[in-house]
Amino acid sequence: MSKPVNQKALLLIVPMFVCVAFSAIMPLMTVVNYSVQDIISPTQHVFVGTEWFRMILNDPDLQDALVRQLVFSLCVLLIEIPLGVALALAMPAAGWRASATLVVVAMPLLIPWNVVGTVWQIFGRSDIGLGGYVLTQLGIDYNYTAHTRDAWLTVLVMDVWHWTPLVALLAYAGLRAIPDAFYQAAEIDGASRFAVFRYIELPKMRGVLMIAVLLRFMDSFMIYTEPFVLTGGGPGNATTFLSQYLTQKAVGQFDLGPAAAFSLIYFLIILLFCFILYNWMQRLGQGDGHA
Amino acid sequence: MACIEFRDLGHAYRPNPATAGDYALQPMSMDWADGGAYALLGPSGCGKTTLLNIVSGLVTPSHGRVLFDGRDVTALGARERNIAQVFQFPVIYDTMTVFDNLAFPLRNRGLADAEIRNRVHEVAEMLELSNELKRRAANLAADAKQKISLGRGLVRKDVAAILFDEPLTVIDPHLKWALRRQLKKIHQQLKLTLIYVTHDQVEALTFADEVVVMTDGRVVQQGTPEALFMRPDHAFVGYFIGSPGMNLCPLSLAGEAATLGGQPLALPEPMLRALREAGDEIRLGLRPEFVRLAAAGEAGAVRARVVQAQPLGNSLLLSASVDGQLVRARLAPETRIGGDEVWLRLVAPETLYFSNDVRIAG
Amino acid sequence: MRKSRVLPRAITLTLYVLFTLLPLYWMLAMSLRTNEETLGAFSFLPMAPTLDNYRVIFTDPSWYWGYLNSISYVLINTVLSVLVALPAAYAFSRYRFLGDKHLFFWLLTNRMTPPAVFLLPFFQLYSSIGLMDTYWAVALAHMVFNVPLAVWILEGFMSGVSREIDETAYIDGYSFPAFFIRIFLPLIKAGVGVTAFFCFMFSWVELLLARTLTSVNAKPIAAVMTRTVSAAGMDWGVLAAAGVLTLVPGALVIWFVRHYIAKGFAMGRV
Repeated sequence: MSKPVNQKALLLIVPMFVCVAFSAIMPLMTVVNYSVQDIISPTQHVFVGTEWFRMILNDPDLQDALVRQLVFSLCVLLIEIPLGVALALAMPAAGWRASATLVVVAMPLLIPWNVVGTVWQIFGRSDIGLGGYVLTQLGIDYNYTAHTRDAWLTVLVMDVWHWTPLVALLAYAGLRAIPDAFYQAAEIDGASRFAVFRYIELPKMRGVLMIAVLLRFMDSFMIYTEPFVLTGGGPGNATTFLSQYLTQKAVGQFDLGPAAAFSLIYFLIILLFCFILYNWMQRLGQGDGHA
Repeated sequence: MACIEFRDLGHAYRPNPATAGDYALQPMSMDWADGGAYALLGPSGCGKTTLLNIVSGLVTPSHGRVLFDGRDVTALGARERNIAQVFQFPVIYDTMTVFDNLAFPLRNRGLADAEIRNRVHEVAEMLELSNELKRRAANLAADAKQKISLGRGLVRKDVAAILFDEPLTVIDPHLKWALRRQLKKIHQQLKLTLIYVTHDQVEALTFADEVVVMTDGRVVQQGTPEALFMRPDHAFVGYFIGSPGMNLCPLSLAGEAATLGGQPLALPEPMLRALREAGDEIRLGLRPEFVRLAAAGEAGAVRARVVQAQPLGNSLLLSASVDGQLVRARLAPETRIGGDEVWLRLVAPETLYFSNDVRIAG
Repeated sequence: MRKSRVLPRAITLTLYVLFTLLPLYWMLAMSLRTNEETLGAFSFLPMAPTLDNYRVIFTDPSWYWGYLNSISYVLINTVLSVLVALPAAYAFSRYRFLGDKHLFFWLLTNRMTPPAVFLLPFFQLYSSIGLMDTYWAVALAHMVFNVPLAVWILEGFMSGVSREIDETAYIDGYSFPAFFIRIFLPLIKAGVGVTAFFCFMFSWVELLLARTLTSVNAKPIAAVMTRTVSAAGMDWGVLAAAGVLTLVPGALVIWFVRHYIAKGFAMGRV
């Protein structure tokens, strides 16, 4: 079953490589270049070595943002993955009802991210928004622009609303790929509903769930547009996630050097976590033979 | 173990079937004995998988009843019927070891660990899987996976029947034979009722005590491999079984004697009378194995033009045209065909006659 | 399916669909109201539905050009991404070659770069080659995160196709391009559909890069929305109407690929 070695296959990679490298490598090199220099003006650069990196790593604001970011991404994964899988299990398997459900469920995915922010900005306002209005009427003192907790929860609920469909869509596709014979065999073997989920559905969804987990982790870790529109990072810094902090640095204060150093660290953090998640899920798939 | 009976059993996927074509399985009654090995044989779409699914309880028939040992199980699901099934493509629990796969049905039924271990080792021994027990099932080859599927059925003591749905489809040809032999051995050892669905006649004829031949949703014959070969009840059986299948030549009874193509064919007088009574669409059937070369003008023989003579090692396969009707003959390998015209004897003790595809005499 | 399982499924699904639709309904309702009504007394249904907000969008070129611009670069991006990803995914799924694992990993890392960081370098790069404010700039920039995903998904689909098919085709005398287009592509049609859907989706919804790399001629609809909002105070009705209209292309695309998703894919090898 092992694949044959064929160096000519590299030729097939070339078009893809050129297209991606064009937009990926040059900017990356620019960023690396910035990260070790002090850019005083467009024509005046001073080499500063690792100074920016040291500064960034000791910046308490950044550490706060990092913690907020990690908590947020963790919450996102813990809510969206199980919810998406549950949703996929509940969706009809075939017929017009399946089509209709697919389209409705996928809808939030296809809305431009700032519009997602706008939708929730409107929806959550207690004066003109349905959600905020209802909560207020229920006697809950809800105000996402003033209360830290409300802002944070609103961003989280918005992300769940926005991205659970991605998990659901992938999980749904994974479920539909399971041949009927597996369910029939499980029925004959006397398996419980939970056993069917645990030993058939979950293992067969491993591939698509891996994509879902990694995509959700990367994208939630880099979330920017939606909270920016919804809360602008406030109140205080409650919803200032890493991306926003970075943008404030790079664009707002025009500290290009530190911003570049910051983004490299940022990138490495994502890489590290993706690596851990990937290996963990790989092992999860193979290691439970004695379960 | 159980004997299985079908009473007026039929199935239509649409409600209120009116014509025969509306049935995926046309109503029929049939008995299968306890401990027998049965094969359901027919081309794809003939209804054999529907019948299998009715036996396993995955499909509830729209008409009639299914009895296991006299007990009506028509409305019961697969679980309550205690059957086991091996599917076309290996169904295994990917994340489990071979041991856990085999133990799964027993664990679901709440058996004690010690007993599970005993049963699993016993079955693994029988299937020659003992050395693989600790391996992950997902990493095994297709034939080992099919053995695991089978093993999950065998571990249960209460299994009424084991069903096979074209289980050798994904197995390498050189392993098929070994696996089939192992199946036969297990059958003899355990005296299980086995039901085997296939479209491959060699598989069906070598595996089963009795073969059920199906076409167009209809059971056309149930019988031993020998009966199917020698005395097919239906022209389809004659044509489908055997390689090449039975020669089937339309006869005309319009004139004084019977004619095949343009040539008169001398039939025994009582047979001719029986055929005239049977009515229309009369066909003569004779397996290529029983066609012999004859002298010119011999009784019961016709003149044919040689199309092809193919040496097959242990026989010579002659294809000849009798006034446009192709007739095949399996002759002794040393036979010499002189010229491009031969006489073939078609009226023999083994000759059968069909009216509207149903065997009427012979 | 047992009866006892139908009810919880139906409840889960109904609740979730409500959760999805309520905010969208609210936006739709708002797009049908005048601003006075929006800011006035609260009501669940629009009191006097009006299409005025939509009229604004369809008659103002800066609005409807926003849509056309977005659709243009999204289509370019989708087609290009799938085109370059197809051969690459084939190579990854069929062969081992020098640095294959590293290349695949490098590819995926491109999805992990925070776009916020790259705004300025991107801006400089595209300015220097004169691509600024063109569809190509946005389409190329979006390829950085779409191509890795496209290769990843397509590779999953291709690995599900038996290699014997390739070998049989070569024995039958097909050249690689003929085999790829006439035999292989039809086999992974569903994969191409799903990949195109994801490329379309991620390109359609992205704002940061699209806004940075355009100013007038290629300005995306999402960016037009932010500008108009800040300039004209809060024109809630038009904002909501524009938001509703951004849903349409996406809904069409998902409608086209629904069968491919419903048919299922497992991405077994990942």
